[in-house]
Amino acid sequence: MEGETIIKVEHLAKRFGTFEAVKDVSFSVNRGDVFGFLGPNGAGKSTTIRCLLSLITPDAGSIELFGKSFKTNRSAILSNIGSIIEKPDFYKYLSAQKNLEIFARVSGADVSKKEIQEMLEFVGLGDRGKHKLGGFSHGMKQRLGIAQTLLHKPDLIILDEPTTGLDPQGIVEIRNLILRLKNEQHKTILLSSHQLSEIELIANRMVIINQGRSIVEGSVSDLLNTQELLVRIEVDNATASAELLQKAYPETIFKINSESELEVTFVKELVPELARLLVNNNMNVHAIEPTRKLEDYFMKIIQA
Amino acid sequence: MLLKNTYNEFIKILSKPRSYLGIGALTLLVGIIIFAMKADGRSIISFVTSSFEQSLTFNGDVLNGNLIAFIILQMLIVHIPLLVALVTGDLISGEAAMGTIRMLATKPISRTNIVLSKFIAGAMYTLFLTLWLGFLALFVSRQIFGTGDLIVLNSDGLVILQDADILWRFGLGFCVAFLSLLTVSTLSIALSAFAENSIGPIVSTMAIIILFTIIGSLDVTVFDNIKPYLFTTHMASWRSFFEDPVPFSTIIKSIIILVVHNIVLVGIAVYKFNKKDIKS
Repeated sequence: MEGETIIKVEHLAKRFGTFEAVKDVSFSVNRGDVFGFLGPNGAGKSTTIRCLLSLITPDAGSIELFGKSFKTNRSAILSNIGSIIEKPDFYKYLSAQKNLEIFARVSGADVSKKEIQEMLEFVGLGDRGKHKLGGFSHGMKQRLGIAQTLLHKPDLIILDEPTTGLDPQGIVEIRNLILRLKNEQHKTILLSSHQLSEIELIANRMVIINQGRSIVEGSVSDLLNTQELLVRIEVDNATASAELLQKAYPETIFKINSESELEVTFVKELVPELARLLVNNNMNVHAIEPTRKLEDYFMKIIQA
Repeated sequence: MLLKNTYNEFIKILSKPRSYLGIGALTLLVGIIIFAMKADGRSIISFVTSSFEQSLTFNGDVLNGNLIAFIILQMLIVHIPLLVALVTGDLISGEAAMGTIRMLATKPISRTNIVLSKFIAGAMYTLFLTLWLGFLALFVSRQIFGTGDLIVLNSDGLVILQDADILWRFGLGFCVAFLSLLTVSTLSIALSAFAENSIGPIVSTMAIIILFTIIGSLDVTVFDNIKPYLFTTHMASWRSFFEDPVPFSTIIKSIIILVVHNIVLVGIAVYKFNKKDIKS
């Protein structure tokens, strides 16, 4: 049922010794979402996902998947989830086909050899089934990992940083695969990443987490509002320029970052007008750099 | 699900090169012993029996397949635990090191079933090693050296067992030897539940066996109370089947202690693995 809440996480917390990996994470994922789970490295994404898959027991908070709790419905929940955590690890001494057979046997569904071959073909490894994993590249293992997540036809796919360590071509291949899962198989996907651009390309909703806390959650289009931009202006004299602009736009706050830099939150359409005003008043403009507010915020988190 | 994952575990064991290391080493060691006994066995036997020849006369061939099987079992039962631990100590921790335990634990199979299937597969591997040792020691030796009465030298003196009275003793002896090796297998799998690498549980298992064996052999009264409860004390119980009369009550006591060890170790492993945060 479209719109049904599939994942509901409330005030999740997990500590390893004295280190608080997750302090307070809450979010919800609806059926049909491609949900971006965004945060810098070390934000607590993988720990949260491990809690979602019962690999780690949380210290506090609650997790509901498909409206059920792990305490009483672990098998039923996991039989409806396919996942890759960080990187897919397989038995190197077995072939791709044998590896998938191993995981299919414990996936809670009857998966035929023909279906396994179809999965291999879906991820572009149709001719590699008999090859041992020892000779597979990282990208091939990621694709095999995705095949592994689909074996038992789950409704929910959880992918933790699926493009990490891949070359540009590998990233595009995995991204296309995820889009095919969304468009052709209508899966609900939770995709964790530390790259905003990746989430923006694939997800329809997202949450940003940092230092173990969820910061903001909503639809990607709302959060990445392209109408209102954060504009950095590089000029010869920031104070004089700010005074000039303030007169023209009295309700806007112009922040002076340095002698030569101004910062203002501005509507996209008015940026050319702002540039024209400065130039017409003999202010030397060296650069105007518009960035989206959330992107700027996220970059600050990463840089910190 | 337990059966399906046990089948998976068999496939993994059969596909790992190290599984064949134990079988190969066992075959080589038995081959070396048989070769040595064929080449120089008579002088070794006459050296041992010379002290009895003033009071006893030995008729027939003392150097026969039964004696060789007994010697092989006596010599190798000390070393086979290493070959067992080499495979079983890796069953959980090896997957943790590889990262596959994470993949497995996200499947709808309970953690208890994951551990139990590993114990079953480890037990089957141990059984196979024991049967292989039995085949090499008994069948091959009897084919090469023929059969005959078995002379066993123990702390009470010489025990002479008639050829017709031997096979059942070997059969039951191998069963108890299997139980001893199973305890080693269970110990290494239990230790494996605590570790994140393959080497730790293997080395720890051997360290525990060596430590317990030393404690068992030390003639110090402070250890007298714990010696009967160390599994290593009972690992040589198979030898009791070659006494006359067979001390069944002692053997049953040893079997009970080994079985209790196995149950407790499986319990510890299941508990630990269920509580464990999988971070690998």
